[in-house]
Amino acid sequence: MLVKAITGSKKYWAWLIFLLLIIGSGFSCYLWQLNKGLTITGLSRDVSWGLYISQFTFLVGVAASAVMVVLPYYLHNVKDFGRITVLGEFLAVAALIMCLLFVIVDVGKPMRILNMIFYPTPRSMFFWDMIALNGYLLLNIIAGWHALEAEYKDVPPPAWTKILVYISIPWAVSIHTVTAFLYAGLPGRHYWLTAIMAARFLASAFASGPALLILLCYIIRRFSRFDPGREAIQKLAAIVTYATIVSAFFIGLEFFTAFYSQVPAHGIYTLKYLFVGLEGHGRLVPFMWTFVLLIIAALVILLNSSTRRKDGLLQLACAAVFIAMWIEKGIGLVIGGFIPNPFERVVEYVPTLPEIMIALGVWAVGLLVLTLLYKIAVSVKEKAA
Amino acid sequence: MKTSRRNFIKAGGVLLVGLTIWPAVKTFAGGNNDLKIAPGADADKKWGLVIDMKKCWPRYQEGCRQCFAACQKAHNIPAIPNKEEEIKWIWTEPFVNAFPEQENEYITAGIKDKPFIVLCNHCENPPCVRVCPTKATFKRQDGIVMMDYHRCIGCRYCMAACPYGARSFNFCDPRPYIKEPNADFPTREKGVVEKCNFCVERIDRGETPACVAACPGGALIFGDLNDPGSEVRRILAERYTIRRKPELGTHPSVFYLI
Repeated sequence: MLVKAITGSKKYWAWLIFLLLIIGSGFSCYLWQLNKGLTITGLSRDVSWGLYISQFTFLVGVAASAVMVVLPYYLHNVKDFGRITVLGEFLAVAALIMCLLFVIVDVGKPMRILNMIFYPTPRSMFFWDMIALNGYLLLNIIAGWHALEAEYKDVPPPAWTKILVYISIPWAVSIHTVTAFLYAGLPGRHYWLTAIMAARFLASAFASGPALLILLCYIIRRFSRFDPGREAIQKLAAIVTYATIVSAFFIGLEFFTAFYSQVPAHGIYTLKYLFVGLEGHGRLVPFMWTFVLLIIAALVILLNSSTRRKDGLLQLACAAVFIAMWIEKGIGLVIGGFIPNPFERVVEYVPTLPEIMIALGVWAVGLLVLTLLYKIAVSVKEKAA
Repeated sequence: MKTSRRNFIKAGGVLLVGLTIWPAVKTFAGGNNDLKIAPGADADKKWGLVIDMKKCWPRYQEGCRQCFAACQKAHNIPAIPNKEEEIKWIWTEPFVNAFPEQENEYITAGIKDKPFIVLCNHCENPPCVRVCPTKATFKRQDGIVMMDYHRCIGCRYCMAACPYGARSFNFCDPRPYIKEPNADFPTREKGVVEKCNFCVERIDRGETPACVAACPGGALIFGDLNDPGSEVRRILAERYTIRRKPELGTHPSVFYLI
C-alpha cells in the first residue's frame, strides 16, 4: 500500500516538493533557534508561551475530526460516514504529529524532553497530555491503517481494531479535556481560570476539525475519482453548525460572568484587551473582531439549510469556521491568557519571522503527512470504487 | 519457533512501549519522593521572610540597592539588557503592581507608588511545583521551592503557573552577561527557568540569605515560621502584615510590613 504514496502526477510531486521546501526553511530556522535559544522568538518573561503553544492548542482541536466521524459511524450506525472514517482518522494523525512537534520546538531544552518519561509527574497536566496525545495518535494510526489495509485486501477489518475504535472515542474527549486542563487550573491566570474551559475546547474542536474535514473532502473530490459522498459532507456540516453555535455560546458565557459580576479576577481585563484594547494596547483587537464576523457569517450560511446545501457556500462557511476557531483558540486564548501579566501590566507579544517560519515548517510537516496518508487512502478507495 | 522479521519488529515495538511505560508504572506503584529532604534541610523548619518596607524606603530613596547586588553576585545573575528577557530574582514593583487587588483609589499617598521588594514567595502550596512535568521545580520540607537546572526542559509551564511573575527563563546564553562570575555557585545555560532559591546554599550552612545579610537597614527579617520563638513569628504576632495575592490559596512565605 505504501507505494501508492510515491506514485502520482506531476502536480502531486510539485506539491510535495513545495512542502519539503517549507519544511527545509523551517528546519534551518529551528537549527538557528537551537543555537541561539528562544531569544530569536518574540516571547518574553511576560508572554512566555506564544505561537508554538497556541498552534499546539488549536491543532489538538483539529484532531477531533476523527471522533466526529467515528462516533456516529460506530455508535449510531450512520452509514454515510463509513467511507470517510479513515479520512478523519488520518487527519487526526497529521494534527497530532503537528501538536507534538510544536511542543518540541517550544521547549528550551529539547534534548532533555525525555525527562518527562524518566521522571514521570502525574500531578502535572503535561504528563497526562503527553499520554493523551500519544495514545490518541497511536490509536488512530493503528485503527486507520488496519481499516484501510482491509479495504485494500477486500476483507473485513480485524475484529480487534473495533475495540481500538471504541477506546478512541472517550480518548478523543480526553485529549481536549486534558489540554484544556493545562490552562484551566492555573491560579494566577484569570482568563484561563474557568470551569468551562474543557467544554469550550470540546465545542471549538468539534467545529474546527470537521470543518477542515469537509474542505478536505471537497479537495479530494476535485483531485481524485473518489467521492466522499454528499450525505457525509452534509451530516458533517450539521455537526459543524451545532458545534459552532455551542462554541459561540460558551464564549458568550465568559463575557457574562466577567462583566456582570464585575470581578476583575474573572478575566475582564483580558477580554477588554482582546476585544477593545487595554491601556492603549490592542494588537489582537482586529483579529478578535475578524473572529466575531467570521463566526456570524458562518452561522448565517450554516443555519439556513438552503445555503448550507450549496457546495460553494458550505466551503466558504467551513473556511470561516476554521479560520475563526484558529483565531480564537490559536491566538486569542493562549496569548490573551498572559495579558495582563501578574503585575497587571500589558506587555504585548508579536511572533518574529524565524518563529513564524518554524511554525510554518511544522504546519508543512503536518500537510506532508496528511498528503501522503490521504494519497494512500484515496488510491485504495479509488480502486475499491 | 521461527522468528520472522515481522515478528522480530513487533516484539521490538512491544519492548519499546514497555520501556516507555515502565517509569510511569514505577511511579504509581512506588512512594512519592517529591518532598525528599535534601542534605541539610531540616524537616521541622519552615523558612519565611518578613520585609519591613518602612525601614527599606528611606535608604532605597538614597539609592541603596545592596540586597539586589548581593543576590546578583551570589547567584551569577546575568544583567540582560533586553527588558523582556531579564532574569529577576529580587527586584521592586510599585504597590499597585505588587498588590493589584489591594489597590483602592483613596489609598495613602505614601504607599501607592512606593516600591515594594518582590521575589519568589516560596509558597506553601506552590502552583509551579504542581505543574512542572519533570519535578525540576520541587519543594523541600523546609518550605523552600527549588529549581534543578539540569532537570528543567524549559517548557515554561511554571512561568504560566506562577501568579507572582517570579520566574525567569534563559532565552539566550546568560554567561556573557555575568560581570563577575562567582565560582561558588553554578551559572545557567540557555533554555532553563530560574528564580530566587532563598539562598538555600547559605541556609544549609546555617547562614541567612544574602539579601538579608546585606541589608544595612534591617528591613529583611528571615527565620523559621514553625518556631514560635523566632523573630519572624514575633513580628507576625505583633504587627499586621500582608501577603501578595492571598486569595489564590498559595500561602506565600513572604510577609510585608507597611
